[in-house]
Amino acid sequence: MLAFVFLFFMILTLGSAVIVLVSRNVLYSAFSLMVTFLGIAGLYVFAGADFLAVTQIMVYVGGILVLLVFGIMLTRNKADRGTNQPNTVKTEHRRTFWGILAAGGIFAILSTILSKARFQRIELDHYEPIERKTTIHDLGIGIMTNYVLPFEVAGILLMIALLGAAYLSGKTQSLGNK
Amino acid sequence: MVIPLSYFLLTAALLFSIGLAIVIIKRNAIVVLMGVELMLNAANLNLVAFSRFDPDLTGQFFSLFVIIVAAAEIVVALAIVLKVFQHFNTVHLDEVAEMKD
Repeated sequence: MLAFVFLFFMILTLGSAVIVLVSRNVLYSAFSLMVTFLGIAGLYVFAGADFLAVTQIMVYVGGILVLLVFGIMLTRNKADRGTNQPNTVKTEHRRTFWGILAAGGIFAILSTILSKARFQRIELDHYEPIERKTTIHDLGIGIMTNYVLPFEVAGILLMIALLGAAYLSGKTQSLGNK
Repeated sequence: MVIPLSYFLLTAALLFSIGLAIVIIKRNAIVVLMGVELMLNAANLNLVAFSRFDPDLTGQFFSLFVIIVAAAEIVVALAIVLKVFQHFNTVHLDEVAEMKD
């Protein structure tokens, strides 16, 4: 039963990722990317990472995807606006052959390595998956003790990114004229 | 029952390949950013899957910081894309070929 649910989330993730790849409408890509992120959150739950699953939904679906949709809306071509066409933003495909070739090559290399590596032995002999009720307790204590410096640096990084994005996307037309 | 580790790794490998194909094939800058996000998510999935066997949860900590850096990256990248659109009036990557007019 659990395996079927896992398979469902796996097919959900990979299928919607393929839709992102083949769809020519940018908004359809964005919405199927949302399904991909939700599917990955489900896979995190199967890997025993409950806090990360919630973080995934909050940050990716709630934050990054909204930003992407805003970006799509703000960068429509002016030629599209005057027509009576519905709101479609198209993208073109170039170098389809080389793209598929590179992706297939990477996947061939990765799957060869994965099939040769003896993960099953690790899993069966030495390490059992650790049973825990929740990871939030351990994650919270770890962030405030061992990982407090990366945590603070991450906060400063986010602040710098926010300031930089606000500065970049603001009206700085006079900068080019100087 | 416990899901075997190799399923997670296979899913992550497929997701990474799809993300790479999106980055190479698509010509809209925002869709390319979506492909980058997919690749980052695939790496995160690997980290989380291995972290199941780790009593210290190091993989999950690293994955949290990867999510933070991905958020910072997408914010700055979208700001740059907006600036490129103001300048060139398009986000088609093949038409954006010069740094200054």
